[in-house]
Amino acid sequence: MTAHLPILMAIIPLLVGMAAPLLVLLSAPLARGVVLLAALATLGCSAATLIRVLDAGRAWHYYLAGWPPPWGIEYVIDPLSGVMTTLVSFFALAALIYAGPYLEARRALEKGTFYALFLLTVGGLMGMCVTGDLFNLFVFLEICSLAAYALIAAGGRRSLVAALRYLIIGSVAASMYLLGIGYLYVMTGSLNMADVATLLPPLLDSPAGILAVVLIAAGLAIKVALFPLHGWLPDTYSYTPAPVLGFIAAVMTKVSAYALYRIFYFVAEAAGPVSATLEVLGWLAAAGILFGSIMAIAQRDFWRMLAYSSVGQVAYIILGLAIGNSLALIGAVLHIISHAVVKGLLFFIAGSIKWQTGTRRIADFAGLARQMPLTMGIFLVAAMSMIGVPPLIGFFGKWYLVLGSIEAGAWGFVAVLIISTLLTAVYFFRVIERVYELDKLRPEIEYGSEAQGLPSETSETAGRPLRVRPGTGGRLELPATMLVPVILLGVSVILLGIYNELLVTNVIQYALPWRLP
Amino acid sequence: MFDGVVAYYLTGYTNWWLIAILLLIGFWGIVTQQNLLKKVMALNVMQVAVILFFLNAGQKAGTTLGVLRASEKVGDVSAYVNPLPHALMLTAIVVALAITGVALALLLRVYRSYGTLEEPEVFRRMQQQ
Repeated sequence: MTAHLPILMAIIPLLVGMAAPLLVLLSAPLARGVVLLAALATLGCSAATLIRVLDAGRAWHYYLAGWPPPWGIEYVIDPLSGVMTTLVSFFALAALIYAGPYLEARRALEKGTFYALFLLTVGGLMGMCVTGDLFNLFVFLEICSLAAYALIAAGGRRSLVAALRYLIIGSVAASMYLLGIGYLYVMTGSLNMADVATLLPPLLDSPAGILAVVLIAAGLAIKVALFPLHGWLPDTYSYTPAPVLGFIAAVMTKVSAYALYRIFYFVAEAAGPVSATLEVLGWLAAAGILFGSIMAIAQRDFWRMLAYSSVGQVAYIILGLAIGNSLALIGAVLHIISHAVVKGLLFFIAGSIKWQTGTRRIADFAGLARQMPLTMGIFLVAAMSMIGVPPLIGFFGKWYLVLGSIEAGAWGFVAVLIISTLLTAVYFFRVIERVYELDKLRPEIEYGSEAQGLPSETSETAGRPLRVRPGTGGRLELPATMLVPVILLGVSVILLGIYNELLVTNVIQYALPWRLP
Repeated sequence: MFDGVVAYYLTGYTNWWLIAILLLIGFWGIVTQQNLLKKVMALNVMQVAVILFFLNAGQKAGTTLGVLRASEKVGDVSAYVNPLPHALMLTAIVVALAITGVALALLLRVYRSYGTLEEPEVFRRMQQQ
């Protein structure tokens, strides 16, 4: 059984996803139990595989159906893909727990569809992380993207258009990636990553090689939402249901960034056309960091602000890849982890605020800290991590990136990183200020009773009064299943920050390519 | 005579140019068309171009399908086309089909919600709500 862990972590979500709509017809609690168990099993497989790989000190090669590469498809788990699978499966579990209250009132068909699509997305992302085959990566990319388009479309009338536009842009991206793979295949005659890596270096600096690199970079950059190819992201993130969004925002763009890292540093060498492409990507990333942060400041809607913040933060990872020395690459991997945890957490919090008070506008958040003290405390931690306050995980990702750019002598990037930190502080403090505006706190009124004559003082302050959802009984500020993932992620932001050195020395330093300059 | 012309086009560069033009037609359609259905159709054209690219890469003049002949030895690869691109493209065709299916389902929902598929009009009606 343990010999098949690499395939199990991709197969379990896919199979259970297929079975979930049928199980829901039998019994909804049973289906939920099975789905949660599947997510837990996936997390267990990923963690066990990662630990085994770290113990063994070398990558784990798993041959599908016993066919050795380059004839068969190979799954490769090295510390890098192990970290990614653990991250993805952890978020899958957190999002499924968080989705509980959202699903309660839904019909059986809707529940079943949600579980099926969600687990297909998880399976696709896991497959993207573990596969050692370029074409297999495309197939898994499409599995997770297709399921994600359908999940996004579940958010109502506006999300339909966002999902359709994302579908068209995302499919163009996948076609570009596939065409790039086509050029690599025509040049080398192989699709296995390790095999291509040995065959490619003498062939890469040719017109076909340049086309392949540019097409793969363009395709994956769209999936990563790198400025100026980020057009699909703000609309998509604004209209997606919160549990789905927490998951998608946390891991989907990161897994595409991981694929870019894998192909540019492990399959191709960072030389010739690759280093030229990386330089272009680096400047686009620098522009994207500033653009995303400035656009985030301009937003009035909390979700949209977080979406633009994602455009900026994802670009940090690409910036790390573009700088390309070992410090910057450690920073990029650390930032993949930190941004996934923090942005997922922030979208869960945004969803909780919407759930509890029905509002998304930052102007309406005044005094929220009294109504949801614990959630807002965790929001404060998450925001501080995003800005980059030292003991939290967000600081260390940026720290390594800054060290890397200083080592590379890229002072322009150092300036961008520092300016963007200030801009991030600006847009988060705007929200924090609102949330902790305790002196202007207006009396809470009962859910749905706005019409019955408001107290006179409320009319002076802007925005709608906060509403209290009935039925929470005043005991917990949120349903327990929503509160647990939020607290769990909040604690992990602090713990990951404090123990970041353990993470870097034991895991991430083995996640660097073997051909570093 | 006819065989010679076909062989010339199949083995020369003409095919690649045609595929490149097809790809660009698809890309042009996605960028310029305002009707969402036409965008999806242009997307299909683009995907077909990529599929043809792979199939073309697997072709060899004077060879047959990748099915073992009774008279041939296994090792004699020069008698067969490269079957791997065909196998890959079977998967890619299924993926393209799935994308088209999801896209059509979404188009149907968009049309029912907004009563039109013209993108500017859809946005205008979104603003009004």
